[in-house]
Amino acid sequence: MKFTLSWLKEHLDTQATLAALCEKLTAIGLEVEGVEDHAAALAPFKVAQIIVADKHPDADRLKVCRVDTGSELIQVVCGAPNARAGLKTVLARAGDVIPASGQALKLSKIRGVESQGMMCSAAELKLDGDASGIMELPDTASVGARFVDVVDVADPVIDINLTPNRADCAGVRGIARDLAAAGMGTLKPLTIDVPVGREACRVGVNLDFPVEQKHHCPLFVARSLRGIKNGASPAWLQARLRAIGLRPISVLVDITNYITFDCGRPLHVFDCAKLTGALRVHPAKGGETFNALNDKSYMLEAGMTAISDDSGFLSLAGIVGGQASGCEETTTDVLIESAYFSPTRTAQTGRALGVTSDARYRFERGVDPDFVMDGADMAAQMILELCGNDQTVVSERLVVGDVPTVTHVIHYDPAKMLKFIGVDVEADEQEMSLMLLGFTVEKAEGHWTITPPSWRGDVEGAADITEEIIRIKGYEHIPATSMPRGDVVTRGALDLMDRRASSVKRALAVRGLLEAVTWSFMSSQIAAAFGPVKDELRLINPISSDLDVMRSSIVGNLVLAARRNADRGYGNAALFEVGPTYQNQTPEGQALVATTLRAGQTPRHWADKARAVDVFDAKADALAALAAAGAPMASVQVEAKAPSWYHPGRSGSLRLGPVLLGHFGEVHPDVLAACDATAPMVISEVFLGNIPAPRSADTAKPLLKMEALQPVARDFAFVLDEGISAEKLIAAIKKADKALIRDVVIFDVYQGKGVEAGKKSLALSVTLQPADHTLTDGELESLSTVITQAAEKAVGAVLRA
Amino acid sequence: MSNDEMKKLQGDLIKAIEGAEGSAALEVVRIEALGKKGTLTEMMKTLGGLDPDARKAMGAALNEVKVAITAALEAKGKTLAAAALAARLEKERIDITLPVRGGESEGRIHPITQTYEEIVTIFAAMGFSVAKGPDIETDWNNFTALNIPPEHPARQMQDTFYMPPSTHGAVAVAGSEANCRAGVPQEMVLRTHTSPVQIRTMMGQKPPIRIIAPGRTYRCDSDMTHTPMFSQFEGLVIDEKTHMGHLKGCLLDFLRAFFGIDDLPLRFRPSYFPFTEPSAEIDIGCSRKGGELKLGNYGDWLEIGGCGMVNANVLRNCGVDPDKYQGFAFGTGIERLAMLKYGIPDLRTFFEADMRWLKHYGFVPLDIPNPAMGA
Repeated sequence: MKFTLSWLKEHLDTQATLAALCEKLTAIGLEVEGVEDHAAALAPFKVAQIIVADKHPDADRLKVCRVDTGSELIQVVCGAPNARAGLKTVLARAGDVIPASGQALKLSKIRGVESQGMMCSAAELKLDGDASGIMELPDTASVGARFVDVVDVADPVIDINLTPNRADCAGVRGIARDLAAAGMGTLKPLTIDVPVGREACRVGVNLDFPVEQKHHCPLFVARSLRGIKNGASPAWLQARLRAIGLRPISVLVDITNYITFDCGRPLHVFDCAKLTGALRVHPAKGGETFNALNDKSYMLEAGMTAISDDSGFLSLAGIVGGQASGCEETTTDVLIESAYFSPTRTAQTGRALGVTSDARYRFERGVDPDFVMDGADMAAQMILELCGNDQTVVSERLVVGDVPTVTHVIHYDPAKMLKFIGVDVEADEQEMSLMLLGFTVEKAEGHWTITPPSWRGDVEGAADITEEIIRIKGYEHIPATSMPRGDVVTRGALDLMDRRASSVKRALAVRGLLEAVTWSFMSSQIAAAFGPVKDELRLINPISSDLDVMRSSIVGNLVLAARRNADRGYGNAALFEVGPTYQNQTPEGQALVATTLRAGQTPRHWADKARAVDVFDAKADALAALAAAGAPMASVQVEAKAPSWYHPGRSGSLRLGPVLLGHFGEVHPDVLAACDATAPMVISEVFLGNIPAPRSADTAKPLLKMEALQPVARDFAFVLDEGISAEKLIAAIKKADKALIRDVVIFDVYQGKGVEAGKKSLALSVTLQPADHTLTDGELESLSTVITQAAEKAVGAVLRA
Repeated sequence: MSNDEMKKLQGDLIKAIEGAEGSAALEVVRIEALGKKGTLTEMMKTLGGLDPDARKAMGAALNEVKVAITAALEAKGKTLAAAALAARLEKERIDITLPVRGGESEGRIHPITQTYEEIVTIFAAMGFSVAKGPDIETDWNNFTALNIPPEHPARQMQDTFYMPPSTHGAVAVAGSEANCRAGVPQEMVLRTHTSPVQIRTMMGQKPPIRIIAPGRTYRCDSDMTHTPMFSQFEGLVIDEKTHMGHLKGCLLDFLRAFFGIDDLPLRFRPSYFPFTEPSAEIDIGCSRKGGELKLGNYGDWLEIGGCGMVNANVLRNCGVDPDKYQGFAFGTGIERLAMLKYGIPDLRTFFEADMRWLKHYGFVPLDIPNPAMGA
């Protein structure tokens, strides 16, 4: 919402400076986004007159003009279609900063012809949107004068960021009222000269809604005028509209725009000559098309509020008027429309059609229902003054429908300020602020009955009343009070999943991985490599096609990230992300997964040879994540099975019985191809939510038993089929004597000379823990036999000769 | 043998001991003196043939020489051993400037994680606990329950990502339950803020409530300062006494602790959010002198979030009696706080997984926020 300082002062009697007013506006919730001081920016620009305009020798659209600057004649090349001899316009010289571009003007040759300046359009001066030609100044402007002395642009423009609740401040008057309540002056009374009607309104109006939709337009007020003359607005009106970025069009249109911004009251003016029969306000059937005044065409949907006459569709109520009934230079008879259109319906229609307009902006926030009639009167009076003459006849008001009630009574206890806001504000001060804002207050001890003014439909309850009082008093009066500790013992703030996530992240980072955070969405094309893409996880309005579905796995995003890093010359990626994945739309379908990725080679080192990353790096990452998350590691089982995005022969799953804890392995070549990435690349995924919660809250650890006797180690080498997993051999040996055997560690895997093809040799060390006596040679001997037999029985392993 | 001869013998032997180069040479000297056929051994053997007086005198003298020689041998032996060890160790010298195995971990924690844990640490000390909610939310939780009905202009303040209507009846919570039973599919969105966690918390828990709710949030927006996904955290306190002064105090205490600036000023600026009333923008003090942003008491202001007293309609929507309970809510961006505290210039870079960026702006793994160390 933009307005000028002088415009504000039409409503507010104040001595305050611009700076003080701006500071106060922000302090009361009308945040000042910017202040434009045009006068300063436009000070160097001068009035100049074109003496001769000749065609450019080498360019059809350009003219070479002799221009009188008041002190000399210069040559200016100009492309504006309206550049012509005799025209007075605005001239910039070398070094002047053009407001629209922010660039200083440089002297140059244009198509070989020297140009010593630039004649400017209003758009180039940031005065309004008109870029169609250079500015046309009145003949009375004296050549050589400062532009700002000829055209009234000296007024500073204030731009406030209006919050959606403050419909009343979409008009300068509402802003003035707030400032007055906040002690920045006095609100001037608003006097509306109501022109006396001399005939009935020349056009009838019907509100044609089914009962349940009557609220879409409960009130429509019309006045007609005949015998008027449209034309250009007076300079003051044009200047005011220009200052806030509106293009003056004709006096009739300018008047509606002026009242829209002055009082937050949108209006429409129909050309009576283009109307057939009475107006009908009604829900659209749907499918009608309509050419709007903004030069665009819209197709209506059923239920949108439309205004029609006998000939058809005229206007989209509360949003934009139609070309068919719009006013023109020749218009002599008009019908003023001032109505109340429902905020909800207006917002729905505006959003559905994608139309933004000053009218929609106000109707969807809720215009003042008590000002509907005033709006019609104000417009009639202005039209009469600016377009009327002795012959002009104004009609009486035609009022169709009833004034809707948008506010209600609020019960309020002035003690609420202390209890709710924490500030003790005297009852008198509370009452004064409310009254200055237009509220009526009926007081009883500890119980006030407050009626908000008709323009404050946003005020609902006692909390809103406290807000009005404290924002006028100033939020700086709210004391900063530390939170009382409360009567609860402070426990860990994080839930189990958060604690797991934190430990896992730090454990993985310790292992040299960099934590990444990537989008929760990905390309459905790549997502397809991670199982069928579910429709319920596709975004309806993705920001781009490569981010169109919620990820079911993080792997795709990490592979892409690794590829981008490789493209930059960092091929040895080591990344992880602990984040959400999505199996469906339900909260339960969202799972926290720790995903790791390593690519390329291990670091080159003088003592350790570099090698390609392999499945055991991924397995180690997965196990580290599980351990950090508190999984019972001794019970974790490994299974040579993994989803389709893994290399089928170089991947595995980690389980606790039926519970899947995670996967690890090499990335499947198809996935690499889909992501345009290169091998070697290994990944792991650990499902943090699947790890069982610690069973009891008991913090005590089981008692430590320390054996008195030393453990003994015995080494074995077994030959077995290469297809049999080491895990199975270890399990069989452990089972051979559960009491004595503490640990079995594989320290060598060998295939080749000396071992039959299709077989492998596993060397392992078995740790024995005697309980009550040192093992004799005989006991050790028989235990070796038991172990050998168990290995043979379980997996067909034989001792290597 | 005369005394002089004895002295000479001792002198010769000691000279030989001291002259021994290496333990082998020393052993030769020892055998020559004290071996079975050594000089002294041989002389000892002659004692038997002497008369008792001469034997006594000679024996004592010889023993004296033997003791001296033995001591000299032992001393020389130690010196030689030490020299040999020193020589060996010197030979074993290696270039310790070579890099270590494994090296220092290059792993780093993302600034979002670090900042989040710092935030939680501070709020935990104020008695807050963490609450969570899903990223794919019902329209009801994300908007309607928060006092943003379908055509509310505030919906335009947020560019929402829409998901297909839910076919899972189970996602319904309270207010949307009736619709669900009536067979109306739930409109689903990617949550545009963490505020729906307020709704979920109040639906599932009776006051007093003191939570912060962090998480991923989504808006259909992408430019210099916006990314389609970002992280927010939300605070919610509901009890019978908490007022707007507590809101200011809570945020002031948090922000000063978080940024480590004791006199960081905080300003509340009236604003509008449908879910709070009164509402305020949270500004903190800063300076922009010379185009450089610096936080502190310098007279200029920087907006970092929004807050207010929870709107009575929101309480009612969650079945909390607004005549009995009151409280506040606030929200801000985690990346925003991280950028300010750690001088990270560009929001978009948080999500690019560029290893150069992660190494530079990331945190070493064991730099774990902790109130004892200063979060």
